[in-house]
Amino acid sequence: MEKTKYHDLVSKNMPKENKVLNCFISFFIGGIMGVIGQLLIDFYSTNLNVSTKEATTFMIVTLVFIGCLFTALGFFDKWVKFAKCGLIIPITGFAHAMMSSALEYRREGLVTGLGANMFKLAGSVIVFGVVSAYIFGILRIIIIGG
Amino acid sequence: MIYLNSFIFCGIICLIGQIILDNTKLTPGHITTIFVVIGTFLDAFNIYDKFVLYCGGGALVPITSFGHSLMHGAFASYQSVGIMGLFVGMFDLTSPGIVGAIIFSFILSLIFKPQN
Repeated sequence: MEKTKYHDLVSKNMPKENKVLNCFISFFIGGIMGVIGQLLIDFYSTNLNVSTKEATTFMIVTLVFIGCLFTALGFFDKWVKFAKCGLIIPITGFAHAMMSSALEYRREGLVTGLGANMFKLAGSVIVFGVVSAYIFGILRIIIIGG
Repeated sequence: MIYLNSFIFCGIICLIGQIILDNTKLTPGHITTIFVVIGTFLDAFNIYDKFVLYCGGGALVPITSFGHSLMHGAFASYQSVGIMGLFVGMFDLTSPGIVGAIIFSFILSLIFKPQN
């Protein structure tokens, strides 16, 4: 069969996803994640008597821990499949990517498996973040002057 | 009020991500990378600080804040050390997320087995 015909056939038979519903779900779940973040910041800054900046770090650590724990327990994958970007874009998605590659490569050994492959999915975020922060930093020094 | 703002802001960022995911062939990895780059770009010109001021947690939870804090740490040390500060302080503010993710996923992967 010709390649174009094959592609037509594949795209015709692919299950169609409801894009509007997907968008609504990710908007709603993402919004709830934002509210949870703000609630945690308020909770830490009132109960532990720390500044808002430190409460922010505590909030990020808490969310990362929740993302890692739920991925390890096995039901975060189903949540991500349901909420899609609503859970991928928040920092839980970063934790989910690290945790799932750590779990997957654990059986190949501690050093060559777990240690070498932990950043397999999440590494691109760090690499591109650092490179773009460096480039935009240089640009800002040139344009604004610090 | 700040809760409503964080709901709307974080929701809109996730909505944009979902629209990109549905209508192109990019994977979730591409999308998080794009959002980090957008975060550094917005912070380079002090736009993201205003989002953090008005939306609080809603602006700090999405992955864009990762880029924001990379840029912020780098610039804070640029102002005290000079041009080498870009290298020194890049991870100053981002380290809780990265260190937390490394430590938790290391310990938890020793305890739990993969599910499927």
